[in-house]
Amino acid sequence: MMEFLTAHFATILFYILAGLTVAGGIGVISFKNPVHSALSLLGTFLMVAALFVLQHAEFLAAVQVLVYAGGILVLFLFVIMLVNIKRMQPEQVFLSRVAPLAVAVGITLGAIIAGLLLAGSLGHPAAAPAALQSVQGQHVGNTEAVGWVLYTKYLVPFEIVSVVLLVAMVGAIIFGRKDPTLEGRGGRMEP
Amino acid sequence: MDQPLYQFIVIPLVKIVVILGVLSLIVAYLTFFERKVLAYIQVRLGPNRVGPRGWLQPVADALKLLVKEDLVPGGAQKFVFMLAPALIIVPAFLVFAVIPFGPATRLFGLLPEAIPPYLTDVNIALLFVLGISSIGVYGIILGGWASNNKFSLMGALRSGAQMISYEVPMGFAIISVLLMAGSLSLVKIVEAQQSSHLWFIFPGLLGFGIYFICGVAETNRNPFDLPEAESELVAGFHTEYSGMKFAFFFLAEYTNMLVVSSLATVLFLGGWLRPFPNVAWLGFLGIVPPFVWFALKVAGFIFVYLWFRGTFPRYRFDQLMHVGWKWLLPLSLANVLLVGLIVLLVKG
Repeated sequence: MMEFLTAHFATILFYILAGLTVAGGIGVISFKNPVHSALSLLGTFLMVAALFVLQHAEFLAAVQVLVYAGGILVLFLFVIMLVNIKRMQPEQVFLSRVAPLAVAVGITLGAIIAGLLLAGSLGHPAAAPAALQSVQGQHVGNTEAVGWVLYTKYLVPFEIVSVVLLVAMVGAIIFGRKDPTLEGRGGRMEP
Repeated sequence: MDQPLYQFIVIPLVKIVVILGVLSLIVAYLTFFERKVLAYIQVRLGPNRVGPRGWLQPVADALKLLVKEDLVPGGAQKFVFMLAPALIIVPAFLVFAVIPFGPATRLFGLLPEAIPPYLTDVNIALLFVLGISSIGVYGIILGGWASNNKFSLMGALRSGAQMISYEVPMGFAIISVLLMAGSLSLVKIVEAQQSSHLWFIFPGLLGFGIYFICGVAETNRNPFDLPEAESELVAGFHTEYSGMKFAFFFLAEYTNMLVVSSLATVLFLGGWLRPFPNVAWLGFLGIVPPFVWFALKVAGFIFVYLWFRGTFPRYRFDQLMHVGWKWLLPLSLANVLLVGLIVLLVKG
């Protein structure tokens, strides 16, 4: 028993964490109360972070908790608490019209993941954990390895993404800003 | 006993028990310390009835909180109401897993080999601290929401907005330290201050100021204690909590003060190092053990916290946002550029 546990500890942990991740995901879409859904999503984020740790990607795990759990989800909760959700009746499920589209997207995504898995098992083995910890053959931490790749190999995509985010931010500020010429209409610009 | 069991299970378990025990005791006495310091600032005596000079007051407080009736308000979201205190206190204590209290020590020769007094030294310690403490805000927001009370909800929303706003400049202030240290590991940051013959507070004075202001705001202490502004919001997010659940919120606040102080000590004041660690004629300071230096520095920060509370009036909410976004954020960005430039010039 003890030998089995020590030999397969990582595998057992993976299945537990993966199961909890999926359970959290199902919770997000099945809870009636939106705050409970958000809490479930928090659990999912934390479990994903734990999976990252299991794969020796500590930096990603920390950023996952910091950005998704600590930042974005808090803003979700803000919106949920400020908007009165109770006014929305469960019968008016306005998303039912896009249900076929959702099914199509789901099938496509599943096919892509299945294809990747198949390709992975056919001669493109996943990167060894050591690759996540080294720069040009030298052993460094995961943070340094990620930084190195991000600022050399993927510099251009990285910068483009940051510009896109900046544009989104400027747009949000323009929508939310008060316009002094429109005092009579509550001071808000029409989007 | 075989070696791995001893090394990976017994020693860490002992450390966890010691750290949690000592921490709980310190936090309990912090409440006493606060009441005493505030009393002396206001020319009063403070609690002095329970035990010699009032020293048993925290014990009495704890007993009272334990046996108090535990109310759950009608219409409250019961599960979330119970979860919130746990969500705030667990992250607060969890952070101490990576805080380095001192270098590896043999405890004056009591141990056969040197053992580091901290639980672990991970490569991403600083990110871990930031990430875990950002989970703490859920305890406040959910606690306020689940209470089914408008004052609680308003306190919770204020607190959430405040903590998110001040996390940003705090992060930039920490980045300026990273530029100087070149590592996210808290132990390596202290060692970098030893090898560079300089506490980071001297090149990073601006960053230090920004960090500590944001730290006070993050812990919801005066002058940033708007989430529990008693004159407008009764008690803010924990209005409906009583007994042990209230105690959790209360203890979490004090533990978070310790977290901010410990981190300030590690990042800017050289952690466990004695003052001027490389000046030879100050070598006699070395007879004081490193973790005592650490404790002294942390105690200094805690005193400043209490001093703030005894001195400053509370900000208005719009002033709070104004300070955070229009002053601290640009200042912290400029500080990152400045420190980066200095590092570039010095290190080449």
